[in-house]
Amino acid sequence: MTSPASSSADPIEPLGAPAEPAGPGEPSRPASPGRPAEPAGGIGPDEGRSALDLRRTPEVRDAYVLGGNRIPFARAGGAYAGVSNQDLLTAALDGLVARFGLQGEMLGEVAGGAVLKLAGDLNLTRESALGTPLDPRTPALDLSKACATGLETVMHVSNRIRLGQIDSAIACGVDSASDSPIEVTPRLRRLLHRLNAARSLPQRLSVLAGARPGDLAPVPPRNSEPRTGLSMGEHQAVTTAQWGISRQAQDELALASHRALAAAYESGFLDDLVTGYRGIGRDTNLRPDSSLEKLASLKPVFGLGSPAVAEPTMTAGNSTPLTDGASAVLLGSRDWAAARGLTPLARVVDARSAAVDFAHGEEGLLMAPAYAVPELLDAHGLALADIDLYEIHEAFAATVLSTLAAWESEDFCRDRLGRTAPLGSIDRSRLNVTGSSLAAGHPFAATGGRIVATLAKLLHQRARETGRSQRGLVSICAAAGQGTVALLEADPA
Amino acid sequence: MVDAYTRLVRTAPGRALAARTGLPRPSHLPRRAERPQPVLDPVVVLGSGEGAEQITGTLLGWGADVRRRFAETEHPGSVVIVLDAIERPEDIGPLVLPLAEAMRGLAAGARVVTVSRPAAGQDPSRDAARGGVEGFVRSLGHEMRRGSTANGLLVADGVALDAPSVTGALRFLLSARSAFVDGQLLRIDAAGAALPESWEAPLAGRTALVTGAARGIGAAIARTLAADGARVVLLDVTAAGTELARLANELRGVPVQLDVTAADAGDRLAAFLRERGLRLDIVVLNAGITRDRMFANMAPDRWDPVIAVNIASQISLMRDLLAADAPAAEASGSADAPAAADASAAGRSAAAPVLGDELRVVSLASTSGIAGNRGQSNYAASKAGVMAFVEALAGQLEERGGTANAVAPGFIETEMTRKIPPLQREVARRISSLQQGGLPVDVAEAVAFLASGPAGGVRGQTLRVCGQHMVGR
Repeated sequence: MTSPASSSADPIEPLGAPAEPAGPGEPSRPASPGRPAEPAGGIGPDEGRSALDLRRTPEVRDAYVLGGNRIPFARAGGAYAGVSNQDLLTAALDGLVARFGLQGEMLGEVAGGAVLKLAGDLNLTRESALGTPLDPRTPALDLSKACATGLETVMHVSNRIRLGQIDSAIACGVDSASDSPIEVTPRLRRLLHRLNAARSLPQRLSVLAGARPGDLAPVPPRNSEPRTGLSMGEHQAVTTAQWGISRQAQDELALASHRALAAAYESGFLDDLVTGYRGIGRDTNLRPDSSLEKLASLKPVFGLGSPAVAEPTMTAGNSTPLTDGASAVLLGSRDWAAARGLTPLARVVDARSAAVDFAHGEEGLLMAPAYAVPELLDAHGLALADIDLYEIHEAFAATVLSTLAAWESEDFCRDRLGRTAPLGSIDRSRLNVTGSSLAAGHPFAATGGRIVATLAKLLHQRARETGRSQRGLVSICAAAGQGTVALLEADPA
Repeated sequence: MVDAYTRLVRTAPGRALAARTGLPRPSHLPRRAERPQPVLDPVVVLGSGEGAEQITGTLLGWGADVRRRFAETEHPGSVVIVLDAIERPEDIGPLVLPLAEAMRGLAAGARVVTVSRPAAGQDPSRDAARGGVEGFVRSLGHEMRRGSTANGLLVADGVALDAPSVTGALRFLLSARSAFVDGQLLRIDAAGAALPESWEAPLAGRTALVTGAARGIGAAIARTLAADGARVVLLDVTAAGTELARLANELRGVPVQLDVTAADAGDRLAAFLRERGLRLDIVVLNAGITRDRMFANMAPDRWDPVIAVNIASQISLMRDLLAADAPAAEASGSADAPAAADASAAGRSAAAPVLGDELRVVSLASTSGIAGNRGQSNYAASKAGVMAFVEALAGQLEERGGTANAVAPGFIETEMTRKIPPLQREVARRISSLQQGGLPVDVAEAVAFLASGPAGGVRGQTLRVCGQHMVGR
């Protein structure tokens, strides 16, 4: 569990939280590079304070999403084939720096990650950030939690901002299924290490004599869960069957995703969220002219041989394809934003993560968010219907529908969540309103940043239009039975 | 970006070969970075009278080494011939002929600039004299050697020769900024706005929009405007977004991803400018495409996009930006002081003006639009349209202190011209007085000059940047 924000003893934190602590807060740093003389935030330069204060956690302040940027996502093996994770991430960061005028700026941190990562990319985020016009003294950090990586980077830097450790940050993520690492077999790897350690020619020859032709075959990254040997799609196919999710419901969700994303592009909504790359201006997976007929004509690809699946329903049309892409989100405290004339879009309120025991078949692989969301809502005294916009990552259309079905199920909510009543159903017109991964594609670690930036902009727009606060929920499932969920809120003014 | 032939003729054997066979021997053209001073000394001012005194005063003000005759002047770097008072064709000879003897002694990269008045349609004899200057300048352009150029200013009657517009134009033509401008006559219709506070940053404090900014000539324009002190707003299509973002990072500019042919492009741009609190003093309409095809093979799929991007988008963008500004102009006239102060403080009000008071619009035309070009009937139609468009737009902008002009590049070494078949490309490069292709920066320098304050006196003109290409006027 990585939910540092929940460490607060009092779980009920008013949503309309007071803005900045009255304390010294942050020194307004000059735009020109140079370490500030005084410590940044946290325990300020208040001379009256004594060492006793060390026993107390400093007051928490708010962290805001200020904007985002991503490059268009491209289907694997397509427009970005042969482009490295570092190049993709640098492009996303360059676009963010340009959009918000961050040239030469020293930020508190850049946190990022990739799921399919080359061993040599150990400092992927740092190396990418060094390729941008950001002050090279901006620290960077690599994080990893499968498809939740992007959202976890957002939570990590938000928490640091909230605690006053930093004033500003970029959370980012990248993945290239086209340039994923290909390794050697464990036998060959050990043999090569022994060869390296061998001191004489006879020793080397004896080591080499141990090699078998089969050792030389390259090992591509596994698309299956190590503990079950089943792919994510095979796992979801079982869950889909258990919840009785129909083919038509999945196809309808997929079609809605494509239409909503296409409309978002047409209306210009994505003008300040996406920066074109390599001649590509829109996600290459997007099919604005898709139809239910076309989707219905596709053959199922998951659950074909599974005894638990009577009638396979999951197709290439209602599942996300392997995708290349990168995204980045700019976050900061209210003061930091104000000093640069940036508009806070939405406050990062809180997050939870959960994990399920899928390995023993107790729960579906991608069902962890079904557990994490109720916990997050309870912590803030909210009902599911109190949320204005829902962003549920479309790993598969059936993942979204299974999760919604679980929350509507009295049995699930009683037996699994220990609740007296179902969590409830949601107004589907508030779900993934500008499309999600089925249309945009899903470069694993980049999806969280795409969703957070999109949702923050939506909430900000709607708060201004309606004149009241808007709450948004992000829910992302991840490999190995994990899930991370977060709550954002935008104020009207 | 020197082409292979030019590299060859700069070697000793290549030079000998070219000299023997009479092949072109293109000279090195110093640009601003290499020759930053405004005037190549010594400068000789020919002519007498008030006009010549005013020009001399201007040059002395820049610290130039000014002479009034060629005697004892070895290798003059610049020559200004002041012909503002000529009444009869016979008056030209005595004023220009002293230059004849000095021609062979001119320094490499020398500048000859005539300053005269345009024909006014009143006095046949005087008009004949004034008209004659054009033939003289254009011929001289063809005869200049070693990267030297000859150009002229046609200053409207009533505009003094020490007016800011004359000073600004003279400085441009004498400097290395006009390296690829040759054999051209630029008309000056009015005195223009004040001279810049600093010639080092003549566009300081101004905000400039450049469309099609991601690469090629557009990127060069953005770099030049930024180097001259302007804050740049860089516009291009989303597909070019990362190139645009990287240029914005380099220049600390503001990137805008927008398709100028979108129906609501102007409105989206106006909304964006207001959101960012930006007001444009300079608009460079550079976005352009080619879809070449012989007219016999021309179809709407190649004709329509060229018209849409190259000229129709310019018309609608300017119309929408001016319309977005209209209510604000009325409001600021009638609004009481506190309200106006409030609006400027917010800078983001729905009615905030998006255009500056001394607007400079510079559009990109082409020599193809002047002389026509095989296989470019669509492109030439769009670019000839641009020239007529800026003339009409300049009239509209005059009352608000603005102006509009165009720059017509000839053969410029860009990605676009690299796609021309090799032989055709080689010919196109050489059939100009300077016998070489220009660089994107040459076009950018002309744009920066027309975007400057003093160029407010230049109205609805098309300035060719073509090394005196042999086609058209």
